[in-house]
Formats: sequence, C-alpha cells, structure tokens
Amino acid sequence: MRKKWRSNQLKVNIYAWLLLLPSFIFLFLFTYLPIFQTLSLSFYRADLSIAEPIFTGLENFRLLMEDKVFWKVMTNNAIFALGTIPLSVGIGLIMALMVNRAIRGIGWVRTFFFYPVVIPMIAIANIWLFIYTPSYGLINQVLGFLQLPDINWLGSTSTVMIAMIIMVVWKEAGFFMIFYLAGLQNISKELSESAKIDGASSLMIFRKITFPLLMPTTLFVLIIAVTNSFKLVDHLVIMTQGGPNNASNLLLYYIYETAFSYWDQGYAATLTVVLLVMMLVFAVWQFFGLDRKIHYS
Amino acid sequence: MKKIVSLLSIIAFVSMFMLMACSSESATGTESNSDSTDQTDNNNTDTDNQEADANEPEEIIEIDWYYPIAVGGPLTQVIEKMADDFHADFPNIKVNPIYTGSYDETMTRTQTAVQGNNAPELAVLLSTELYTLLDMDAIIPLDELIEDNGGEEFINDFFPAFLENAQTGGSTYGIPFQRSTIVLYYNKEAFEEAGLDPEKGPENWDELVAYAEKLTQTDGNGNVERWGVEIPTSGFPYWLFQGFALQNGKNLMSDDGKEVYFDTPENVEALQLWLDLAHEYNVMPQDVIDWATVPSDFIEEKTAMIYHTTGNLTNIRNNAGFEFGVSFMPGNKQYGSPTGGGNFYIFKDVPEEKQQAAWEFVKWVSEPERAAQWSIDTGYVAVRESAYETELMAAYVEDFPQAAVARDQLEFASAELSTHQNGRVYKAINDNLQAAVVGQKTPEEALKDAQEEADRILAPFN
Amino acid sequence: MKRLVDLSMYILALLWVVPLAWLVVTAFQPKELATSLSPHFVFTLDNFRDAWEAAPFVTYYINTFIIVFGILAVQLVTATLAAYAFARLNFWGRDIIFILFLLQIMIPADILIFPNYNILRDLGILDTKLGIMIPYFATAFGIFLLRQTFKTIPFELDEAARLDGCNLLQIIWNVYVPLAKPTFIAFGLVSVSHHWSNFLWPLIVTNSVDNRPLTVGLSIFAKSFETGAQWGQVTAATFMVIFPLILAFFIFQKQFISSFMQSGIK
Repeated sequence: MRKKWRSNQLKVNIYAWLLLLPSFIFLFLFTYLPIFQTLSLSFYRADLSIAEPIFTGLENFRLLMEDKVFWKVMTNNAIFALGTIPLSVGIGLIMALMVNRAIRGIGWVRTFFFYPVVIPMIAIANIWLFIYTPSYGLINQVLGFLQLPDINWLGSTSTVMIAMIIMVVWKEAGFFMIFYLAGLQNISKELSESAKIDGASSLMIFRKITFPLLMPTTLFVLIIAVTNSFKLVDHLVIMTQGGPNNASNLLLYYIYETAFSYWDQGYAATLTVVLLVMMLVFAVWQFFGLDRKIHYS
Repeated sequence: MKKIVSLLSIIAFVSMFMLMACSSESATGTESNSDSTDQTDNNNTDTDNQEADANEPEEIIEIDWYYPIAVGGPLTQVIEKMADDFHADFPNIKVNPIYTGSYDETMTRTQTAVQGNNAPELAVLLSTELYTLLDMDAIIPLDELIEDNGGEEFINDFFPAFLENAQTGGSTYGIPFQRSTIVLYYNKEAFEEAGLDPEKGPENWDELVAYAEKLTQTDGNGNVERWGVEIPTSGFPYWLFQGFALQNGKNLMSDDGKEVYFDTPENVEALQLWLDLAHEYNVMPQDVIDWATVPSDFIEEKTAMIYHTTGNLTNIRNNAGFEFGVSFMPGNKQYGSPTGGGNFYIFKDVPEEKQQAAWEFVKWVSEPERAAQWSIDTGYVAVRESAYETELMAAYVEDFPQAAVARDQLEFASAELSTHQNGRVYKAINDNLQAAVVGQKTPEEALKDAQEEADRILAPFN
Repeated sequence: MKRLVDLSMYILALLWVVPLAWLVVTAFQPKELATSLSPHFVFTLDNFRDAWEAAPFVTYYINTFIIVFGILAVQLVTATLAAYAFARLNFWGRDIIFILFLLQIMIPADILIFPNYNILRDLGILDTKLGIMIPYFATAFGIFLLRQTFKTIPFELDEAARLDGCNLLQIIWNVYVPLAKPTFIAFGLVSVSHHWSNFLWPLIVTNSVDNRPLTVGLSIFAKSFETGAQWGQVTAATFMVIFPLILAFFIFQKQFISSFMQSGIK
C-alpha cells in the first residue's frame, strides 16, 4: 500500500515536472540565467578597449557612485515615478467612479478613457512629439491663440519631465480605471444604499465605504504602476534621446545607451544589477508584505 | 556556455514535442511546435551553407556587403543594380548586398558578426567608427592594395577632407563612399522681403547675426512668427559644434583619436556665439532644437535659414514651396564644416582572395563615372575630384547649382569627431553642449567639464 | 452636483480623445495644412500613399503578425501545461517553484534587454523573429491567470474524464481548456496588445527589414536621419500602425475591457 502510494506520488512529480518543463526552460534561459550572468559580468571590465573581460571586483560599482549621469537618471526615475503614479492612479479612480454609472453614452466615454492603453508607446511618442513641437505643435498653437508665448516643451530642462509625465498619465489612467471598475463592481450596492438612507453624503460614502473597500485594488494597481515606471522608456528613443543634458533620461534607457551605443558591457551589467536589485526589493516587499493584504478572494 | 544554452533549447523543443505527441487532439500545440523547429532548422542550414562556402574552392568568389541607407528614396534597387553590373564586368566575383538598416544598426550587426567569427567581407560604416573597428581588430589596412592599384595617384584623387577619417598612423583603412557635410539652406523669398541679396547667404558670423535679425519676424505681441535661423541641438550637437570650432580655428581632436580639444578659448567663443543667437539676439528659438523638425520648420517657413546636412537637399528641393539657396556655413577666421557619412571597410577574418575580391568591387564602385551617378542618385557629395569632371556631373551641376556647394565647401572641411571610445566621448560633449544650450552651464563650464570627462575616458589609450 | 460630475466627465473624455483626433486630422490632410490649426479640412490619402511607398509596411505588418501570434501560440501551450500542474498536481516544492515562476512578473524580460541580448547572441538567433519571440515563450502572468481559473473547475470533471480513459493531456485538452475559454481570450487579448506594442527589445534584436516589426519600422521611418520629420507622413504611418489595434478595440470593446478587467482580478 505504502509502496503504491510512493510510486503514485513519484508519477505525479514526474508529470508535474514534465508539464512545467517547457515554461521552466524559457524562464531559465531568459529570466534566471541572465540575472546570474549580469551579476557576474558586473565584476568585470568589458568594453571595446580590451579584447577579453578583466576581473575588476567592485570597480564598476565605484565608478557608478562617481557617475553623475547615473545619479541623474536615478533622480529622474524617482521624479517620473512620483509624477506619474499618484496622478494616473488618482485619475484612473476618478474615471472609474464616473463611468460606473448607467447613463447614456457611457460606453463611449469608457472607450475614450481606455483607448490610449492599446496604442503602442512608440506611436504615442510620435503623436505627442507633434503635440509638443514648438510653434506649430498643438499645444503651442493653442497657446498662440490665447496670446501666450511659445514653450519648447521637449527642448527645455524645466518642462521636458512635465511633458513626459502628462503623456504617460494620459496613457496609463485608463488602464488603472479598468482595475478600479472591476473593484467597484465587486462592492455590493446595498452598503452604500443603506448609508445613503442614513443621510450620508456621496463624499462621505466614498471616504468611509468605497475607498477602504477598494484598498486591495489600489495596492495591486500601485504595483503595476511602479513596475511600469521602470519599464517605460520607448518614448525616449523618439522624443528626446534622454536630453536635454539627461533631463529626461531614465535608468533603462541609460542601460540601453551604455550597452548598445558605447558597448561597455561591464558597466551595462552593473547598471542592470542596480535595476534588478530595486525590482527585487520591491518584489520581496510585495510577496511578503503586500501580498497578504491583496489575497482577499 | 554556448553549448549548454543550445543543448537546453534542444531539450525544450524535443520535450515539448514529446509531451504533445501523446495527445491526439492538441492541434494548436503541435503546430506552434513545428513552427519553432522550422525556424531553428533554417538557421542551421544557413550556417551550413556559409561553412560550405568557406571550405570548398569555388570558381565564383562570393562576398557579403553590409550597407546602410540614410537618405530617402528607393536606393536598394540602385545598390542591387550596382552589384549586378559589377558581376557582369567581373564574372568571377559575386557581391551580395545586404541592407542592414541605419548606420547604428549596421554597426551593431557588424560588431555581432565579428564577435561571432562571421564577419562580412565588406561593409559601409560611419567614417567615425575607424578607431572602434581598430580596437576590435576587425579591419585590414588597405595600403598594399592601394599600392598595387595606382598608389598615390589613386588615393589622392579622393577629397582630402574625406580621407582624414579614413587614415591614421600613416595607413589608410577606409575608402569614402557616401559622404556629406553641413551646409546652410536659406529661403530666397524671405531674403528678398528683408532686402537681402537672394543670391548669396551670410558669409561670416557677423553677417549671420545681422541677416538673422533682419529675417526674424514677430507679430504684434512680440511672439515670433518666423525665426532668423535654426541650428539643431538634439541627438548629436557635437557635429554642428564642430562646424563652429573649425570656423574659429581648429578641429576638436587629434589625428590619432587619443586627444580632444574641447575647452580652447576659440571654442568657448564659438559656443558663446551659438548661444547668443538665441539669448542675446533672439533670432533662434531657445533651448534644444530637434534635428528632425528643423527641415520641416524650414519648409513650413517657420525659419528663414537652417544648418543641416547636404543629404537633405533632395527632400527640401521636393517639398519647399519657395525658391531656396544653399551656401557655405558662415565662417569666422575661415570657412569650415565637418564631414559626415560612411566609408568602405574590408574585414580581417576572411580569406585573402575574398579581401582581394572586395577590393576589386570598392575600386570599381569608386570610378569617377559611378561616383558621379551615386551622388546624383542620393544627394551625397561625390567623393572624388575627377567625378566632378565627368560630363554626367557637369550637366547635373549646371542644372542644379546648389548641388555644387557642398563640394566647394570641402576645401574647408575637416574630419568628423572620431576617437577611441567614440560613444562615450560623444556623450560627454553632447550632454555638456546641451547643458549650455539650456542655460545650465556657461560655455566655459560646459566645455571644461566635457574636456575633463573626455580626458578621463581616453586615459587608457594614452 | 450630478450635473457637475457629468460635465467634467465629458470634458475629461474630450480631452482624452484630442490626441487621436489630431492624429487622424493630420494624417488625412494635405501636408501643407498639417501645421495649421485651420478650420478647413481637405481630405486626402496622399500621406498614406507616400508613407506606404517610403517604407516596407507590408513586410512590417506580416512580421508583427507572425511575432505576435507566434508568441501567443507558444505561450498558450506552455502556460496551460504549467497552470494545470500548479492548480491540480500536488508535487514536491510546488510553492517555492510557484514563487520562482512569479519572479518573472516582477522582473520581466523587458528590463533584461542587455543580458538577454547576450544570450541570444550565444544561441546565434540575433536578427530572427524567433529571437524576438523566445524570451516571451514562458509567461508567469498567463500561468497565474490560468491557474486561478483551473482551480475553480470542479475536480469531479477531472475524475470522470480519467475514468473514461483519458490521459493527462487529454484531460487538459478536453476538460480544462474548453471551460477556461474566457480566460484564454482575456489572456490572448492582453498578450497580443502587449507584444504588438513591444519596441525596445525588437529594436535591439533586429537589423533587417525581414524581421522588423511595425513599431521598430515606425520609429525608423519617423526618425529618418536625412529627411527629418514629415508630419503628414509620420502621422499617416502612425495611424497605419495603430489602426488594426484601434479597430479591434472598437469592435471588441466589451471583450477588451472585460478581458483587461479579468486579468486584474485575482
């Protein structure tokens, strides 16, 4: 009996592993292996000036500390995250509340809020490049019409980050709206109905009932938003190439430049390690901290 | 490493196939499976073929030629035809032109191929990649080949400005093919309106400022409707800045690509003038001006003059709804412009007979008649002086005199900035130039910082 | 109060639609009018003709199709198998392996561009469509989504099929796949729209027209070094790239939105 259970158990394990194998192989090749390779390469000097990589220990990390561009892109990533996340999540929530009602034309409104999500970032960059262009771009034509001076949105260090943030909020808000919409539809109507009968104002209901119940959704959305804030760099290729003077440069784009324009592999690996560590810390925090709170169903 | 990885992927495909094989109905699975295996198979056959080529002695020598296209138009056909014509002239050599995208992409692809011991015989790459290619030990010097084919007389027919980026340490490594310079385009109608002579552009910096001031138009509220001049500052401002530096003295780097001269007083003065156009004289938009939108601005008459590459001649000719002129960039101590564009390089890790065959082709393409035709087809500057003596070119220039400006300017042109660790040095100077343009640094600070950064990057080579 | 909410909603919607409207208007106008905010609208297809002739968009379309659906096909297989294992098989180390798999959601292939490029080089599949697709063949997101769905399927169906003599793969194919159809559709839509948009990775991997997807083709077209930005043509090209997506979205609006909604609910 025991023997049979054993062999049965073995069979289950073999089956399970065979089923997991295809996924595992690709995960191994393109997630685990690259992580380890990057880590090891970050201890080497490997660029065009030398034929074979030389082990240099922590030299790359020392260079990192001295690299002004690195600190600039880190600051930019923080600004980009702080600028886009609260705004896009907030607007997403407001949109969800607005369209979670039965009125005429609501389908269209929902569509208009959501469509930027399905457009490729690179196409969005093309559209907004034209919107931001000096003198005959859409925004500057409107400014001109209002007799206001022309603004070189992408060419000036003071406005380029704002311009990027507006564009990304426009793209992402609809995405987050969807999650909130799903969250809202899970909340039973009765609760707010009875509160309304008790004379609570809409604002009060939102603050005391709706928003707390949406907390798991908010956390989930925040995770996506943070991950995206590291991933979204496609637009830089089209719009500014990280300029002026790195004012719009982000970490992933800097990695791209270092690896594929300067062919400095060791340093690109080091930068990738920094990005990985940040993502990992966030992942661990999510798995062991946040995840408990989200697993409500 | 490579072995482990390929072994793993084989296991992946095989195991997927086996898993699906026990199911009779999983149609989607098997399909996608065979799809992927097909592709792997194709790759294998590809490499097999190439190996066969290399090993078997053949009567026809085949060479691969990587080429980029950076100007508009159906140039692929022109190139294909070139290869066919060559094959007709040299039946024992077959050139396979492989379009590899932009210059950057072609470089990436070449680097990958060289690393994978699969180098092409021939490639057209930016003239500025010279030191990078040498650091990679990827290309051969052409001196012996030149010696056997006319020597000095042959090579000296190329414009010296184009050869600067092709030669270092007394050897020649590249043969100029598609080359450009920066010129000034101006709107003749706007010139007439402003009471300027529409037949000539500004000749020096003072005239540049004076003309631009006359050409700038504002509406009643002081908002600018048309700028005097636009000089692009996005992407690769170093190239434009080189023009100013050359006009005010000398080039930005040494001949061996190991030193740069960014923070000279002349360069500070030149950068100051560039900034003054926007901030002091208000004849140019402030902050960074996008390279790609400058020609559009010119065509839309949002600016009366622009600095741009000669490669834009055809575009502007086709799209401008007004008469336009082309002139030298205004000089100061002298005229000056950097060159740009690509050279032929012949690669190292290929059999000598193939190198020889590649050379035959390079020589054939560079013959004056063909250089002239290529210039007419593309808008690039013809690379040899004798090309301009051909009837073909003479007739073209007669009909469209703007096309000759770039050639005439070559007398004052010099090599494009090119050093070891090119990418990083570009970043150092570009970032700092932009910092100055947006007012974060003074010209002195910007050029001093760029100099320090570049010195640090180049230290391992000195 | 309600009026105010309605009004601000419509204003917001209007604001959101402006970029698309601007794109469409510019793409269908003669280029002379492209840069003026004039009330006159003249319809033309010239920009589309010019853009179409200037770049091999047909090849780009075909490439994108092959890449997007190639990825999806493989993903469906790998994810279904793995999801079943996680949902229904009680094997050693399941929880740890599951977490290891989920790592891919937090560290997506998109940020591993540099190391993955080296792996592709070692595999010798740079500048191939396979190279663009392969890092996405395993999908932790898909596994996760399907696992949740599979868990809700009654175990009795599984048992019954087993008694009928179905083997494991037949059970998955005959029982689980049909019942999880909405999840497959949801995942399919998310996957397709995600990979249709992918840019940086194919930009790095491809060098040739033969393998370049639409997004990379568009960026090369828009940034063409010598000619600069021709707004009419660039907007037309952009429109061509997003048109299939927008069209699919407007037609399958409900499915799209509910798919994305479903993919977000745990």
